[in-house]
Amino acid sequence: MATSAEPILEADGLVKHYPLTRGIVFHKQIGAVRAVDGVDFTLGRGETLGLVGESGCGKSTVAKLLCNLERPTAGAIRFKGEDITRLSGRALKAVRRNIQMVFQDPYTSLNPRMTVGDIIGEPYEIHPEAAPKGDRRQRVRELLDVVGLDPAFANRYPHQFSGGQRQRIGIARGLALRPEVIVADEPVSALDVSVQAQVINLLDRLQTEFDLSYVFIAHDLSIVRHISDRVGVMYLGRIVETGRDAEIYDHPTHPYTQALLSAVPVPDPAAREDRERIILSGDVPSPADIPSGCRFRTRCWKARERCAREVPLLAVPAGLREAGGPAAHDSACHFAEPRQVVPPEQARP
Amino acid sequence: MLLDVRDLRVEFRTRDGVAHAVNGVSYAVDAGETLAVLGESGSGKSVTAQAVMGILDTPPGRITGGQVLFQGRDLLTLKEEERRKVRGAGLAMIFQDALSALNPVLPVGDQLGEMFTVHRGMSKKEARVRAVELMDRVRIPAAAQRVRDYPHQFSGGMRQRIMIAMALALEPALIIADEPTTALDVTVQAQVMDLLAELRREYRMGLILITHDLGVVADVADRIAVMYAGRIVESAPVHDIYKAPAHPYTRGLLDSIPRLDHKGRELYAIKGLPPDLAAVPPGCAFHPRCPMARDVCRTDVPPLHAVADGRGSACHFWRECLRGDER
Repeated sequence: MATSAEPILEADGLVKHYPLTRGIVFHKQIGAVRAVDGVDFTLGRGETLGLVGESGCGKSTVAKLLCNLERPTAGAIRFKGEDITRLSGRALKAVRRNIQMVFQDPYTSLNPRMTVGDIIGEPYEIHPEAAPKGDRRQRVRELLDVVGLDPAFANRYPHQFSGGQRQRIGIARGLALRPEVIVADEPVSALDVSVQAQVINLLDRLQTEFDLSYVFIAHDLSIVRHISDRVGVMYLGRIVETGRDAEIYDHPTHPYTQALLSAVPVPDPAAREDRERIILSGDVPSPADIPSGCRFRTRCWKARERCAREVPLLAVPAGLREAGGPAAHDSACHFAEPRQVVPPEQARP
Repeated sequence: MLLDVRDLRVEFRTRDGVAHAVNGVSYAVDAGETLAVLGESGSGKSVTAQAVMGILDTPPGRITGGQVLFQGRDLLTLKEEERRKVRGAGLAMIFQDALSALNPVLPVGDQLGEMFTVHRGMSKKEARVRAVELMDRVRIPAAAQRVRDYPHQFSGGMRQRIMIAMALALEPALIIADEPTTALDVTVQAQVMDLLAELRREYRMGLILITHDLGVVADVADRIAVMYAGRIVESAPVHDIYKAPAHPYTRGLLDSIPRLDHKGRELYAIKGLPPDLAAVPPGCAFHPRCPMARDVCRTDVPPLHAVADGRGSACHFWRECLRGDER
């Protein structure tokens, strides 16, 4: 996948706070859930950016913000240089056409009372300029074919399909308007292992065929590595480390990334004994009550006094910059240092 | 042998016909051993466990054959009252979704304590003390205070620890864990699996781990039984199966998972879909999806061939598969 220098989508200081209120008559704000708390990234044309993190880290809120399903509290999202968070009316509609979403749950994201053809064709009702009325049936059939389903299925209902097939329908709907960017929020996590690979391969193929740029959000680190050119690791509403896939997986420098990677079970019993496991203590703090300084410090084995005082910035750590190499990538840690936690590739028979 | 399941058969009568969920499953677990039962949704892995535990919904479910020998006694012939004594003290179960498995309107301490008042005839006061001990044992911080909390006040990982505590309460000889960490995040999953492994060693319990995750299996299991369409298609010691699978389904699963340690090219994808249990294909149930299928696979159900000592494969062409032909 070629990455051109020109970014197609940029997030700049993205913030989304949900107010916590008390009182029925007089709403008094008593705090805020800081779901997304300052996220920056750029997505190049034809590139896949993977966002990983555990539940509650804000990755799904980022997806909603990117698709303009939620308005950010602060910050900007630029599509081809234009800030889309301030748009409304016709201009907003035009941008929405270009950024489409694929949802996690193929069981609830398709209307059970609509035929598959109507579901995939519905975007044309909202954006009639995308396809003249007479062409729509033909377009829907083409889309079904593109995602590997029989065009004759257009008259069936979602319940007649398996999870993997439904996810293909969701993808066909996402493609209907010929978007340039697709935001996929956990698109394969509800699927069985044998079906997951089919859908991942489909997404791969469509990217080349339609020159798509993906923001791929998932909690499964192996899948994210497979599909992404660059990866951002999120923790409590922020990206704590970002870089090219090999930089993150083979040379992680942020303690959270290291713990996360070391905890992934590897399908190789031979690696069981000599693998180093970093077991984090405790749970993720509430996003309504984020620790001062570094937000990971309450679970970090490296935390010192400085971590409670100073917020670490997402940049190439000073100590690693001179050395260069794959360890020199953005990492928001005062004491960042590389550590190999994924056992090196073993030749499989 | 601690648990010996022999030729177990379970069917469900539904409006759309009879679904054969379990079609002659046999497996065995020894004390201190971990058996992983691997399968996708609809493979019958959970239904088998429910039949063993005696918590199958009947109707619509029905056990139509087989034996479940636990410490030499066939559980299927016991009266419900006797079975209840075996459950908890002899074998216990951990469920995937702790939030729906725990009673939401009862403090967790009371739910844990119930194990001791009902099975051991302890007073409420004694039971409360034991509940706190158990919560300590599964490393729930500030157990003495939290014993009065309700399930919703705990995080997912902590709730799963309470489930484990409940299963451990009467020190059973065997624990069946049905997808115990599937709902949890990876870092929490690691904490819970670690705890489970440690407790299993300490109490020398047998463990049946039901999962779809090949990574988790590789981490903890001694032996694996791979299920497909209600049958065991391959069973083997864990190291052997990852080195050289003897069934094309197992091989397909192993080839289809993305790797953490390198970025692969296109993933191998098993074509098609898992079968509908009301209309399982004739012959080998996997043949419509199998790259090695020949005529005999469409007509003859393959028996579990002995591949090696302690290894079996239900494939007519297990030799070819083991050699890695037609990959």
